Amino acid sequence: MIEARNISKTFGENLVLRDVSMSFEKGKTNLIIGQSGSGKTVFMKCCIGLVEPDEGMIRFDDRPFSALPEKRKKYIRKEMGVLFQGGALFDSLTVEQNVMFPLNMFTTMSLEEKLDRVNFCLNRVNLENVNTLFPSELSGGMMKRVAIARAISNNPSYLFCDEPNSGLDPKTAEIIDRLISEITEEYDITTVINTHDMNSVLQIGMRINFLYKGELWWTGDKNTILITENAELNDFVFSTELTRRLRH
Amino acid sequence: MFRLLGEYLYLMLETFKRPDKGPVFRRQLLVEFIGLGVDSIGIVAIISVFTGAIVAIQTAYNIDSPLIPLTMVGFTTRQMMILEFSPTIISLILAGKVGSRIASEIGTMRVTEQIDALCVMGVNPANYLILPKITASILFNPVLIIFSIVVGIWGGWIACIVTNLVTSADYIAGIRSWFEPFTVTYAMIKTVVFAFIISSVSGFLGYNVDGGSVEVGRASTKAVVASSILIIFFDLILTQLLLV
Repeated sequence: MIEARNISKTFGENLVLRDVSMSFEKGKTNLIIGQSGSGKTVFMKCCIGLVEPDEGMIRFDDRPFSALPEKRKKYIRKEMGVLFQGGALFDSLTVEQNVMFPLNMFTTMSLEEKLDRVNFCLNRVNLENVNTLFPSELSGGMMKRVAIARAISNNPSYLFCDEPNSGLDPKTAEIIDRLISEITEEYDITTVINTHDMNSVLQIGMRINFLYKGELWWTGDKNTILITENAELNDFVFSTELTRRLRH
Repeated sequence: MFRLLGEYLYLMLETFKRPDKGPVFRRQLLVEFIGLGVDSIGIVAIISVFTGAIVAIQTAYNIDSPLIPLTMVGFTTRQMMILEFSPTIISLILAGKVGSRIASEIGTMRVTEQIDALCVMGVNPANYLILPKITASILFNPVLIIFSIVVGIWGGWIACIVTNLVTSADYIAGIRSWFEPFTVTYAMIKTVVFAFIISSVSGFLGYNVDGGSVEVGRASTKAVVASSILIIFFDLILTQLLLV
C-alpha cells in the first residue's frame, strides 16, 4: 500500500499541488485522473521521488519514503517499476538489454537465468522475436509493452504508469490497459496509473482519484464515476461526444 | 556563475562514486573507448598529418639564413607537435567531436526521461552515464595524442620529401636532436586535463538540459564553446606552471 499525506508542491509562484492526500491499495489499479495541468504528473513524480514535495509525506508500506535520505530511498526504488509516458527505453540498448537492465544492476543472477526472466517478461507482454531489435525499430504499442516488461522484470511491489495510453490507437490502448490490470492482480502489485483516457477509467478504474487544479476533488471507482453529482468531474468525464451519448 | 560552479562540483561528486556494478561499468567503459576514442582515430590522423606537413613546409620556407641548419625543420616540427599542436589543437578538435556527442547523447536521454528512468530504478545516473565517459577520455586521449604526434612528425617528413625542401637525412637528424623527455610528460599532463574538461563539462551541460530538442542542440553548442575556452585557458595556466 502506498499512502500520500498532505502533499503540496509549488514551482515559483505556481501552486501545483495543494494538500493532496491519497492512498493506493495493493493488488488494485489505482487511477489518478484529471485535465492536463491538474498536477497528475507532478504528484506521481513526488511519489517516485523525482520531485521533492514542499510539504507532506509519502509512505510505502509504512516506510516514510519522502523523509528518507537518498541512499536509503534507493532500496525502496529497487521495488518500483515505472512506465514513463514515452516509454523511456534506453535507445542504445536492444529490447533484450533494456529488459535485462534492472537484473544486471540489482541481481546476482547468471546470464542464463537473466535471459529466462527476460523472455518470460517479454512473453508476458505478448512480444516474441524482438530481443535483438532496438527501440527505434519498434511501434508505439510495442515500445510500451517493452517498457512494461522492463518495469516488471525485477518483480516490483509498486508499479507506476504515467499516461500509458498516450499516442496509442484505441485497440492497442485497450490491450495495454488489460495487460497492466492483469499484471497487477497476478503479481499482487500496488499499481498507480495517471491517465486522462476515459476508456481506461471505465475499463480498469478499481479506485479513481480526480485531481482538479492541484487539489483532490473526488474519489471513487469506475461504477460511481458515471453517476456522481460533482460538477467539475462531470465536466471532465462527459467532455467527449462518446461519453455524453453514454450518459443519455 | 558560482551557482553553476557549485552545480558542476555537486555533479562531479555524484559522478565519482563507486559504480553500482563493476561488470556493468567495465562494459560501459569499453563502449565509450570505442565511441569516444577509437572512432576519433580517423579525424586525428587526418588533422595531424596535415598539421605536421604544414609546420614542416612553413618552417623550411622561413629559414632564410644559411647559418641556420635545415635540421631545424625536423626539430621545429617535433617540438610544435609535442608542445602545442597535438595536445591542444587535437583536444580542441575533440572538444567539437566528442564534446558535442556527449552533451547531445546525455541531453537526449534527459528529455526522453531515460535519466529519470535510471533514477527511479535506484541507479545513480551521473555515475552510470558520465563516469565511463570521463574515464575513457582520460585513458584514451593520451593514446590519441601520442598517435597524433607520431603521425604529425611523419606528415612533416612526407612533406619534406615531396617538396624537396629538406632532405630526409636532415629532417630525421632534426627530429632526433635536443630531445627533452619532459616535453612529452608536459603534453600528457595537458592532454589528461583537457580530456577531463571536455568530458566533464559536456556531461554536465547535457545532464542539465531542460526542455526539448532545441535545448539539446543548444547544450551541444555550449559544450563545444565552453570546453574550447577552458582548454585555451588551462593551456595558458599549465604552460606557465610546467614550462616557465
